[in-house]
Amino acid sequence: MTAAPAPAQQVKTTYREALRAAIRDAMTRDERVFLMGEDVGPYGGGFGVSLGLYEEFGPERIRDTPLSESAFVGAGIGAALGGMRPIVEIMTVNFSMLALDQIVNTAASLLHMSGGQFNVPLVIRMTTGAGRQLAAQHSHSLENWYAHVPGLRVLAPATLEDARGMLWPALLDPDPVVIFEHGSLYNEGGELAADAGDVDIERAAVRRAGDDVTVVTYSGSLPKALEAADQLAADGVAAEVIDLRVLRPLDDAALLASVRRTHRMVVVDEGWRSGSLAGEIAARVTEEAFYDLEVPVARVCSAEVPIPYARHLELAAIPSVERIVAAVREVVHGHG
Amino acid sequence: MTTMTAVDRETGLALYRAMLRVRRFEERCVQLYSAARIRGFLHLYIGEEAVAVGVLPHLRDDDAVVATYREHGQALVRGVPMDSIMAEMFGKVEGCSRGRGGSMHLFDADHRFYGGNGIVGGGLPLAVGLALADRMQGRDRVTVCFFGEGAMAEGEFHESLNLAALWKLPVLFLCENNLYAMGTALERSESETNLPLKAASYEVPAWTVDGMDVLAVNEAAARAVELVRDGGGPVFLEARTYRFRAHSMYDPDRYREKAEIEQWRQRDPILLLGERLTADGLLTDADIEAAEQDITTEIDAAVAFAEAGTDEPVDQLLRFVHTEREQS
Repeated sequence: MTAAPAPAQQVKTTYREALRAAIRDAMTRDERVFLMGEDVGPYGGGFGVSLGLYEEFGPERIRDTPLSESAFVGAGIGAALGGMRPIVEIMTVNFSMLALDQIVNTAASLLHMSGGQFNVPLVIRMTTGAGRQLAAQHSHSLENWYAHVPGLRVLAPATLEDARGMLWPALLDPDPVVIFEHGSLYNEGGELAADAGDVDIERAAVRRAGDDVTVVTYSGSLPKALEAADQLAADGVAAEVIDLRVLRPLDDAALLASVRRTHRMVVVDEGWRSGSLAGEIAARVTEEAFYDLEVPVARVCSAEVPIPYARHLELAAIPSVERIVAAVREVVHGHG
Repeated sequence: MTTMTAVDRETGLALYRAMLRVRRFEERCVQLYSAARIRGFLHLYIGEEAVAVGVLPHLRDDDAVVATYREHGQALVRGVPMDSIMAEMFGKVEGCSRGRGGSMHLFDADHRFYGGNGIVGGGLPLAVGLALADRMQGRDRVTVCFFGEGAMAEGEFHESLNLAALWKLPVLFLCENNLYAMGTALERSESETNLPLKAASYEVPAWTVDGMDVLAVNEAAARAVELVRDGGGPVFLEARTYRFRAHSMYDPDRYREKAEIEQWRQRDPILLLGERLTADGLLTDADIEAAEQDITTEIDAAVAFAEAGTDEPVDQLLRFVHTEREQS
């Protein structure tokens, strides 16, 4: 977690609390906003994000749903069309497959299919990622599936600032926005400005500057990339770490500007390598900045296996600091 | 066999003309399809007109309609201009979805007509959400959601009925049971063919009406819409109907006996109402002739409008993927 130097008073918080503060703030700012999902009420949300909000806002606006992903996501679409500003929580991206039809065939398509008549101002939040020994049906990183779909905006907050600041601009977006919260980040703590507020939902961010290599990542892999950069710095390799933040549309300009300076790129993506976001980024960089590259773009992705339960196997499956460091050394120093 | 309820001339004639208008419009669509003016999938409502015609007049302008890919009739009866529907079929920018949707995706914000959904069962959650917004904002609006009996095998049916009933939302779930989900007969796809029973299991008031008898549909829908508007929660109405044509223009209709189709044609809703009104002295040959002429004139104009329509310039291809925001 990086905390930009700010003059404002700092408070200790966590990623989870920052997400909660964002929901509370949005509910207070606009009475059309409500939260709907499985156990978002008295239970406090599958990962505790909405804890206490039920008591604060009541059952109408912190609305528990049956285990009916397709219906409550679809109801979110309908409610958005009907003038509300729903935040729909899906417990994990794996469960969101049960609502994929509503998200892709309706939420993302309706505006175009209706010739511009029906926009869907819906925000869908869901947990993604591995690292908690939850095995193959609670741990996958399928952000790329959503980032593939025209009509959606896809966000991946990886810092306290983004956890706190992305929701309101997402709610102001007249079109559907999917926000991915990485499960391994919920407990991440740090300092956040007491008056932290909205952030942009357009651009990637340079989380650490460097001239030797560009490391592109997002979500739960950001802390790993930053730690890798620390280790590499000790060896005299200055890695620039870019946090994508926005997975659709991709901020090509930020990626290209960095790689044209460093001439090397490693993409760290917890998704599977085949058909990955990392592959898309590598393709774009190759298309636009091929002659600026000293070496081919390298990728650190998850092993092509359903995420296993056993701790050592799970860790072996997903990007690690060691693998990132090794990949960077490879592109910087080559085989020698 | 029909036990039609009493009707005055004005109502009877209006229902007759509305059904005839949908029928003649679609018959023209078939010709235009054969002439390759209309392409893609074309799902005809021919035989089922009494359902949309019996239900939709009970809605207020501020109520909402969610329909299926077999929705020409619903769109026309709801008041979506025929011109814009025909232009949509032609893929023209003057179409009600600017040529982005075609036959399966007719939309019209002015009439709160929410399509036009090509995913069986896909419209039900949307209808629940529209009703939820009305409930949360204290409006007494009704959302009517049309779907076929095939949708009742989808999870969305069960999830949506449960949610709407649980939250007492103002949705009229209108099942158009035409007995075939594409080519699969009801008894070949449902272990329980008593459809209202399924809805009743969610504590939703549910009953069946003869979908070939427009007066019966009219009466049942009046009651159903009133119940929903009164705030008691959703209602399920099954209209037993039949499509005289194949599932789509691609369907060779191998799964039904000709005799079965013929038998249902004897109960053509337009024929039934015509006979009834004629017997009661409420409909004359001159009335029918006048209706036919008016409808032909309207359809001719709609076709001319569509023929004269413009192709959207290809440089507009990427519009409407995201809302166009005014530059500040």
